[in-house]
This record gives sequence, structure tokens and C-alpha cells, in this order.
Amino acid sequence: MLKLSGKCKITLNVNGNSYETLVRPADTLLEVLRKQLGLTGAKAGCENGDCGACTVLVDGMPVKSCLMLAAEAVGRSVTTIEGLKGTPVQKAFAENYAFQCGYCTPGFIIVCHALLAKYPEPDDYTIESWLQSNICRCTSYQEIKAAVQAAVMETRARQ
Amino acid sequence: MIPFDFDYYVPDTLKEAADIYGSLRREGASPVYYAGGTEIISMARVSNIRPSAVIDIKNIPECKGFGTDGARLFFGAAVTLGEICESNLFPLLGLAAGRIADHTIQLRLTLGGNLAGTIIYRETMLPLMLADASVYISGPAGDREVPLSDVFSGGKRLSPGEIIVRVYVDAMYASLPCVHVKKSRTEKLGYPLVSLAAMFMDGSMRSAVSGLVFYPLRLRDTGIKNKQSAAALAQQLFSEAPSPIIEDVNGSAGYREFIFKKTAENAIIHFRKL
Repeated sequence: MLKLSGKCKITLNVNGNSYETLVRPADTLLEVLRKQLGLTGAKAGCENGDCGACTVLVDGMPVKSCLMLAAEAVGRSVTTIEGLKGTPVQKAFAENYAFQCGYCTPGFIIVCHALLAKYPEPDDYTIESWLQSNICRCTSYQEIKAAVQAAVMETRARQ
Repeated sequence: MIPFDFDYYVPDTLKEAADIYGSLRREGASPVYYAGGTEIISMARVSNIRPSAVIDIKNIPECKGFGTDGARLFFGAAVTLGEICESNLFPLLGLAAGRIADHTIQLRLTLGGNLAGTIIYRETMLPLMLADASVYISGPAGDREVPLSDVFSGGKRLSPGEIIVRVYVDAMYASLPCVHVKKSRTEKLGYPLVSLAAMFMDGSMRSAVSGLVFYPLRLRDTGIKNKQSAAALAQQLFSEAPSPIIEDVNGSAGYREFIFKKTAENAIIHFRKL
């Protein structure tokens, strides 16, 4: 049985790298990623699981890191936006101007990346269903949808 | 950030979980069971709850997994709503689970958390009530399997120290014609004004609703293969709802009544075409 109490040392696997860090059991994954590991790509938006700006991947699936304890990530593989450099989805977002202030963008890219990894050719319903998890206050979402569709085309062309 | 400290335990067995819980309680501590954690973290962040320890049940084998032995379906308390949707093992449960929160959160929300949490809607309870589900509970008084309705009907909740381990459903219910409709203030996301689950069985519509009153409400089975208008039958169903109907910023009692009656009427019309 695992027990964590007070400040304790844990090891997190983030973007393929191993990090040893001191955490409180009550620390969320978002706080630890940003403040202890310096991975500030995941953003603190609502901190209530609504906006999706904090989304990261845990074992390949999107998780709102503001609603996950850092302790729960022990033994699991975490991917932040920093780990998706140069991926087709990130490229598609840039090329389709699918951002303005960019604050929500890491969360969107993370979800899109996970979506296309699971469903390389998602239909519109699936795209919309997954992306409802993220909010953008700047764009009209159309550019984001275009970026996803461009990433689908890119993935299809590669295959 | 969560502005206070708590201890974090990950037991490997039900007995370990119960032992930790009991031991902490005897010390005067305030432990809570933890699965998806979304409700606990969001409430702790604003100090609505201040547990001194969280006991994470996700490692306990009996709480994980879902499947069937042919006669019955089972769902562990730590199974996520996302897994339930994807499995399509119990389609009506998947439909209800798939409209709770959003897709990413559904990958964290657990069945046990939705049933036993403090949020009043508990929409996964609707299909389970219709399917006469039973629930396996572990607690200070021992382990037992009881009808879900015995534990949760009328807004009742688990006793302190009790934990849902698994939910069981007769496999027969998973193949019945069914409907789930959720109406919320925004079109796609949000707490329900009305969340209606219904099954068609032996000429009757079985239905249950969240969002009308302060707990999931199982309605009387209603024979629909008769000459009464769908609107009249919907009115009869509404008349069963005890007072008060929820009235809040999301919708007035009158508006919820209107939405419920229309939704129920449409469900009856749908089943009458079968």
C-alpha cells in the first residue's frame, strides 16, 4: 500500500524524462508541472475542470491536470505540450491560424493529438465530442476545426 | 491550489481500505474515499470539504473492470464513464454517462463517484434504477449486495465508511429498446434541466428522471399501448413528482415541468412506433 504524508519525494515520468520532486499529497498535477518542473505549457485557467487549458496526456489519454493529484501520476507516463513539439497537430494549428492569444492552445493540441492517435479519421461528431472539453474565448472554433481536419489529411497522406 | 494538507493512501485490497478508514476515524481524522477525484479536488480547492486523508480505491481489484458472466453485467465502482460509453455493454448507461460533463472529464469520472457523490443529479443512476440494479457495498458492518433502490432511492446515500464496490445488472435489460434525452441550459454541456432515461418492456415504458427534483426519481411503469394521448400520459408521469420541483438559475420549476412533459411525451411517441 502506498502512503504519502507531508512533503514527500516522488518520481514523475514526463515527456519521456524522469523527474524527482517534492510534493504535498494535495498538490495537483498542474501545480507540480508548472511550479516544480517548470513545464508551463499547461495553463491554469478555471482550475475547475471546465476550460481544458490545463489538459495533458496521462498514458496517452487527455486529463485535466487541475483535477488530478500529482501523486496519482506516479508510475504513469505524462505528456505535456512541450512533448508534442513538431507533431502534425501542432503544425496544423500554426498553419491554420487556429489561435489568437494562445492560452487555450496547448490544451486543444493535446486533445487533438490524443484524438487522432485513437481515431486517425474521426468523423465530425467525434471531433466535436472530444473538443467540447476545451474552451476558446478568442476564436470562433472554425479555425481549430480546420486545423484538426488538416491534421487528419496530413495523417492520411502519410499512410 | 488546495489550501490544506491531507494524507494520500492507495490500498491494494478492500480490507486494507476499510482498515485504513476505520483506523483514521478512530483517531478522530476525517478520511474520504477517492476515485476519479474531480468532485473532491474541486470542493477541496475552495475548502467546501477538508478531509484529512483520501483513500484512493483505483487499485482495488474488485473496484476495477467491467464485463459479464452471461446472465449479469458488472461494473466496478472505479470504472470511468468513458470506459462505460466505449464498452457499449449497457447502451442506456453509456448514453447517460456520455452526457455527463465533457469527454475529457468522462475519462476521470467514475461510476461509484457519480452514484455516491454529493452532486444531486447522479445521472448514471437512471438506467441502473430502470434495470433493477444491485450494488455490492463494503463497509464497517461488512460486505453486502443489495438492490440499488434500497440504498439510494428518495435521495438516500451511503452510510459513513461505506464504499460502492460493484454494480450488477441483469443482462436482459441491456438489449431492451431505450431512450435517453438530456436537456440543459446550454445545448451540449451542463447540469440537467431534465435528464430522462426510459426503456420499453412488456408494453410499458419504464422511466427515471434527474433534474426535476433533488434526487434521481424512478417513475411508475406506464402502459403506453393504449388510446391515451402521449401528452396525457406524460402529465400523469409528471404528477408523480414530489414537491418541490427544482427552481434555480438554470431553470424555473415551471420550465422544468414543461421540458419534462415534452421529453416524456416524445419518448412515449418513440416507443409507440416500435
